[in-house]
Amino acid sequence: MSHAAQHDPTLYGLMAEFDNPTALVAAANRARLDGYRNMDAYSPIPIEELNEALGLRRTRLPRLVLLGGILGGLAGFGLEVWTQAVAYQMNVGGRPFISWPQFIPVAFETTVMGAAFTAFFAMWALNKLPMPYHPVFNVPAFARASTDRFFLCIEATDLRFDQTATRKFLESLHPVGVSDVEP
Amino acid sequence: MAEQPHPNMAAGDAAAGVALLSRTPPVIQPGHTFETVTETISHAVLSKRTGIGWFFGFFIAFLLLMVLNMTIAKLLLTGIGIWGNNIPVGWAFDIINFVWWIGIGHAGTLISAILLLFRQQWRTSINRFAEAMTLFAVACAAMFPLLHTGRPWLAAYWLFPYPNTMELWPQFRSPLIWDVFAVSTYGSVSALFWYTGLVPDMATLRDRAHTRRAKIIYGMMALGWRGSARHWQRYETAYLLLAGISTPLVLSVHSVVSFDFAVSVLPGWHATIFPPYFVAGAIYSGFAMVLTLAVPLRKFYGMEDFITMRHIHNMTKVMLVTGMIVAYGYANEAFFAWYSANPYEQYMMANRMKGPYAVFYWSLIAINACMIQLFWFRKVRDNVALLFVLSLLVNVGMWLERFIIIVTSLHRDFLPSSWGMYAPTRWDLGMFAGTIGLFLALFFLFVRFLPAIAMFEMRTIVPEAKLKEHHG
Repeated sequence: MSHAAQHDPTLYGLMAEFDNPTALVAAANRARLDGYRNMDAYSPIPIEELNEALGLRRTRLPRLVLLGGILGGLAGFGLEVWTQAVAYQMNVGGRPFISWPQFIPVAFETTVMGAAFTAFFAMWALNKLPMPYHPVFNVPAFARASTDRFFLCIEATDLRFDQTATRKFLESLHPVGVSDVEP
Repeated sequence: MAEQPHPNMAAGDAAAGVALLSRTPPVIQPGHTFETVTETISHAVLSKRTGIGWFFGFFIAFLLLMVLNMTIAKLLLTGIGIWGNNIPVGWAFDIINFVWWIGIGHAGTLISAILLLFRQQWRTSINRFAEAMTLFAVACAAMFPLLHTGRPWLAAYWLFPYPNTMELWPQFRSPLIWDVFAVSTYGSVSALFWYTGLVPDMATLRDRAHTRRAKIIYGMMALGWRGSARHWQRYETAYLLLAGISTPLVLSVHSVVSFDFAVSVLPGWHATIFPPYFVAGAIYSGFAMVLTLAVPLRKFYGMEDFITMRHIHNMTKVMLVTGMIVAYGYANEAFFAWYSANPYEQYMMANRMKGPYAVFYWSLIAINACMIQLFWFRKVRDNVALLFVLSLLVNVGMWLERFIIIVTSLHRDFLPSSWGMYAPTRWDLGMFAGTIGLFLALFFLFVRFLPAIAMFEMRTIVPEAKLKEHHG
């Protein structure tokens, strides 16, 4: 049904509501096995099993944090070497200008600073947050997504998306309800 | 206190039931669901009614905060001559209180980071307000060295890597500069960690708020969080990474603080035991402060189901262990002094035990070495009111420890002609009381406007959150 995948501009997707995490994970698994790819699950708690159920790839955040830490450490150590040995040489008790053991504490702290700021800002950036508006908030029931309800949204951009067939599919998963998500 | 089964105990709460049968209290009372956990915690924030007790407590904290403002104004107008420290005691209340406050902060990071890495589930109910405590304690601590410069608006030249008018840079070989980097890193990383933890809870408050203003404010703080699985995956990774980064950080901070002393060549300060001894003391006093805050919090906000006797017991046990490490440190200091065969070292120790400040030395031994032995007894660990009093005493004991380390090491200089005595002035006392006011005022605002317990993390430990096994 390659020709059926016409993107309807009046619809962001279809959203099924569940009242427990087990049903959501099962639904996500079924949807993936059924061939759906452009979908997301929404839950009030982190659910590790969803990563596999939705076929999510591992995040590259750890590599970015490692990079941030290394850069932070180099910057701190570089600052110490440059200020103490280049910009203004000062002889303190005959110690070498680059007295590196004494530079370790500050370099360590800047390493931590670089890694922590990267973890914080890269996480929000990769998540594309802050994002003040998102279509899923148009579903009234979604207000409970931050308390006790679990949602699976199949997006209209998915190649297999078909308003009638997808709705039927979602209803077969025994949800509490299925709603249209306006863009 | 006998553990009675909770009246609402659901049949499915098998694990919680086992915990009830054993002598270990559960980390969350049985019968709770996603909704009850969220409602209980968010109600304290979203409720329109503010209890009279809150106003009373905030009023006292606010009065003390005004004392802080007054002492700062006087200090800036007059100079640090209004303080009692003078040669030979060049460092006194400012550094005592700085170390005391920084130490208190350490428990928050230990709970939020180290216990997370060790998968200690009981941290979940106490990490949020313990982290808040860390931030407020660091704010109080930072005030002292900054104001000790006398002209804090010029401190940027002296503390941060910025050259002065003669193009001279700060001295990176000095522990005082290490301290600036350690404390500012600690403060900023703690703030990032705390805010990261808050975001999903801000989304919950946004969705549950009754007024438009609350919806807008919490909505902005939530950054548009919608609980997407993709977001949760990166979020959990970032949270774990921040915990991993914070773990060596928190150990480094009090080590660096101890270097302020240990790197100098002064009897009573120049000791290799200082870094681990300071870190243990920090965690010990920090847990005492967490307990001091947890006891009234669970009582007045009806959080006894979340901050259970399990938490109280565990915190008491951590205090017992770290307190004994501290007591071991005291024994080591005395041993080093005797074994060194150095007359100055030996005199320093004799002066601590028999000199003019001996009463403070023996008080701190009485609290930090003797009194904490009470924590061995289950009867004591079950008595919440008694623990509240003991936790306050522990903080008194840890304050006295810093007083003894700093003042007795300085006031008898190498030459008897340079000997002196130290006593705080009313401005010293006012500023110390003022920072307690700042700390309490911030804490009162925190429990009123932000969720004091991490709601999303509490939801992960209710029985509903467990995925059911299914076949086919």
